[in-house]
Amino acid sequence: MRYFAQRFGFFILSLWAAITINFLLPRFMPGNPAEVMITRYQGRLNPLVLHSLELQFGISHQPLWQQYVTYVQNMIHGQFGLSITYYPVPVISVIENSLPWTLGLAGTATVVSSILGVLLGIFAAWKRGGMADTLLPVVTTFTSAIPYQWLALLLLYIFGFSLGWFPTAHSYSATLSPSLHPAFIGNVLDHAILPATTMIVTALGGWLLGMRNNMIHTLGEDYVVFAEAKGVTQKRLKYMYAARNAMLPSLTGFGMALGFVVGGSVLVESVFSYPGIGYQLVTAVQNEDYPLMQGLFLIIAVSVLLANFIVEMLYGKLDPRVKKGGAGRS
Amino acid sequence: MQTSETMERQTPILEVDHLTVVYETAKGDVIAVRDVSFSLYPNEIMGLIGESGSGKSTMAYAILRMLKGAARVVHGTVRILGKDIYLLSPEELRKFRWSHFSMVFQSAMNALNPVMTVEAQVIDTLKSHRPHLTRLEAKERALELCELVRIDPRYLKSYPHELSGGMRQRIVIAIAIALEPSLVIMDEPTTALDVVVQRSIMDQIRDIQMRVHFSILFISHDFSLVSELATRIAIMYAGQIVEFTDSHSLEDRMSLHHPYTEGLWNAIPKLANRNIVIEGIPGGPPNLLKLPEGCSFHPRCRYKSEICSAQTPELKTYGTYEIACHHVLDKEGHHD
Amino acid sequence: MSIQNDSKSNRLRTFPGVQAIRNFLKDTRAKTGIIIFTFFSLIAILAPVLTPYNPNDNNFVPLTPPSLQHWLGTTGNGQDVFSQFVWGARTSLSIGLLAGLISTVLSVLIGMYPGYRGGWMDRIFDTITNVFLVIPSLPLIIVISSYVHSAGPWVIVFVIGLTGWAGGARVLRAQTLTYRNRDFISAAKLGGSSELRILVWEIVPNMLSLIISNFMFGTLGAILAEAGLEFLGLGNVSVVSWGTMLYWSDSGGALLMGAWWWLLPEGLAIALFGMSLALMNFGIDQLTNPRLRSDSLNKKKARIKRRESNANI
Repeated sequence: MRYFAQRFGFFILSLWAAITINFLLPRFMPGNPAEVMITRYQGRLNPLVLHSLELQFGISHQPLWQQYVTYVQNMIHGQFGLSITYYPVPVISVIENSLPWTLGLAGTATVVSSILGVLLGIFAAWKRGGMADTLLPVVTTFTSAIPYQWLALLLLYIFGFSLGWFPTAHSYSATLSPSLHPAFIGNVLDHAILPATTMIVTALGGWLLGMRNNMIHTLGEDYVVFAEAKGVTQKRLKYMYAARNAMLPSLTGFGMALGFVVGGSVLVESVFSYPGIGYQLVTAVQNEDYPLMQGLFLIIAVSVLLANFIVEMLYGKLDPRVKKGGAGRS
Repeated sequence: MQTSETMERQTPILEVDHLTVVYETAKGDVIAVRDVSFSLYPNEIMGLIGESGSGKSTMAYAILRMLKGAARVVHGTVRILGKDIYLLSPEELRKFRWSHFSMVFQSAMNALNPVMTVEAQVIDTLKSHRPHLTRLEAKERALELCELVRIDPRYLKSYPHELSGGMRQRIVIAIAIALEPSLVIMDEPTTALDVVVQRSIMDQIRDIQMRVHFSILFISHDFSLVSELATRIAIMYAGQIVEFTDSHSLEDRMSLHHPYTEGLWNAIPKLANRNIVIEGIPGGPPNLLKLPEGCSFHPRCRYKSEICSAQTPELKTYGTYEIACHHVLDKEGHHD
Repeated sequence: MSIQNDSKSNRLRTFPGVQAIRNFLKDTRAKTGIIIFTFFSLIAILAPVLTPYNPNDNNFVPLTPPSLQHWLGTTGNGQDVFSQFVWGARTSLSIGLLAGLISTVLSVLIGMYPGYRGGWMDRIFDTITNVFLVIPSLPLIIVISSYVHSAGPWVIVFVIGLTGWAGGARVLRAQTLTYRNRDFISAAKLGGSSELRILVWEIVPNMLSLIISNFMFGTLGAILAEAGLEFLGLGNVSVVSWGTMLYWSDSGGALLMGAWWWLLPEGLAIALFGMSLALMNFGIDQLTNPRLRSDSLNKKKARIKRRESNANI
């Protein structure tokens, strides 16, 4: 319970930090970017909308703390204002339409790459000094240094344009309308394969190397040596004693890893015109649509923070040591 | 207690024959265990004493066939119940080890898997060797073992971090005797514990050994600890056994000893005229990469003569003892 | 006096000395890394000598494939790709190394000093570090750069450097904590050294390899972030860098026109340079973490010897 409270407190704190960054950035950036934007839209937007933009970005005579309180309240209630790009659609609707695509794409990529990377890491460490252990780390240092957008372009060109195996853009064909029909789901998967592959290839190396090193460290631990001595089968030794413990440090880095994947999804979605959060973020930035940009940044941060929080809860289940004052001490 | 004569007629549990273990290092091979031979008989407790780095732990790992990394056996055999364990296939070894011989490691504090309950780890041991055991039977055996090492059975559901060092050590001992082995090697089983806990663990080891009967090879650097438990004692220096003796002889001022043994004995704090007198052995442990010629102990020995640096002394029998020293008989005044 | 001596010898034992550097060079992967790193560094340094044309000169026939005149062909805008590639190396490597340096310095300051001091200061900075760790950095960088219009290389260096310190700070803090109560630190404290002195002269040298590895990953991350930013057109697209090359080749439809030479070199170079940093880091890892040292050679030898000794029995 204490662990839960502690992690939840951290979740709230990080959320507050993300909101505050959003609030402070346009206000303290040199050159007053918000004012430039508003002047640009003068006459093109409804005066009421302009006024609310001014309030949101600090062009007002209210004291800063008052602006801050209003701002935080609006953010918590999901009132991110209206998108300028998709005027007069509210930012929250744009987010609602694009978030599922990114969650699906980045989520799948994260799950697949982490499971695959962890398994390969276990394999490499177990066959220490073997072929896989010599090659895999070197190959993956290359794959994880590949720029997302470059790999995306190559895959797009080779498998999309040249071979024509996969669609080259969007999340589903324009001829179909969203439904739970197998044909539609198949179409969605077809569109997701190339972007997901890009993210999996680039994210795999980190998981693999991390797991391999943890695993090698764990294989030298006394409890693994003792378990081997006491005659536990090789399979059980590998998974229940070594890998089970080696996984724990990898999990604590999950938040950071997820951040990388989400960052990567901005680039990948942009290459594949995949209508997720990342694609919208780039659109917002190109149109200087600050309300949309702020809303998207916040939602990206919230998703990563939430995923991280869930993993931390899972960690509490996997590592008995985080529950302080357990049964034995009474 | 059986006398040494009756033991000799029995077949030994453990036979170590000309065992030599080498560590391969960047600066050359280091001989950690040098041509060691001895036998251990049923129900016997033998002590093995040496400074850190003398090769005693390496030898224990070699007997267990658990040497890792750069260490390997280059010569000699280890037989347990007549079986050369280095000729077993990995799967045969997995089954044979722990059901017939086991070990309590030096680092018992970390010998338990932090993410499994104590019970699961005890049951794991049992089921690994007796796959047909039902869960219920395994649980019952775990309870029995708990009783044997005097741990409240409710701690079976605990994780290692919830237990004290002494309790963890007792669980490790329970796991070591879970399959009723004939031999348990104990490598400094109490070093990480405070003196009071150490005391109670030592009492328990003796107690359990009397109740369920197994041989113990008890490894330690602590002379007094070994001499109160073991009947026969081997002294190791620079990878070699330099003396076999028995625990009574140590208190006997007139019995014969290796000069190193004498030095160790004198290094134990004793109360004399209200002043604590500790006499150390001059010099430090030898550099295993560059062992002195002849007797490896001679640079630190007060009885050394020319022959000591020229010729390596062999173990020679003097009554019931064996000592490897050129000057056992002609040096005067044992135990100053 | 003797205490001071003690602390010195204790420190020297772990200080990466000549032997450590020799071990580092012996590692094949580290060697490969150094070669690739040196190769690209030389290209960047010698850019004025190596390039036949001005990278911005757009008087050539657009989209000509590689030839003797244009080793890597020309861009859709009629520039020489090789010249762009070489000058781009200069920009991208400078941005990467500088941003990596800034984030490493921040990691050291934010991770090590409060970590060493402990108490409330450590708790505050540790929390800040953890918060920054989970706030996704590329989106943050994108947001910041969008407020700064067409950010030049310097702005990019600072934005990337200022957002990339958290991971390193956490690792360095954790390591600092393990040093805080070591004997040689206590000895230095008793000897009357000031906290800053101890940190700089006792702890930093011991953690040098960790700090260097931090710098390498910082640089790798910075180069990728720079390429990402430029690719999205958030930097100054008239500056020649590997990132802007990717931007122009994508917006010019390089692959659609079959102009692979316009896209392949810079992407491959980023991946290879990044790999060289990670490879060198393998060598450093082996120095700091003996358990990672590969002992395949020993195993092979042991197997042979084992067979021999079995034969003896």
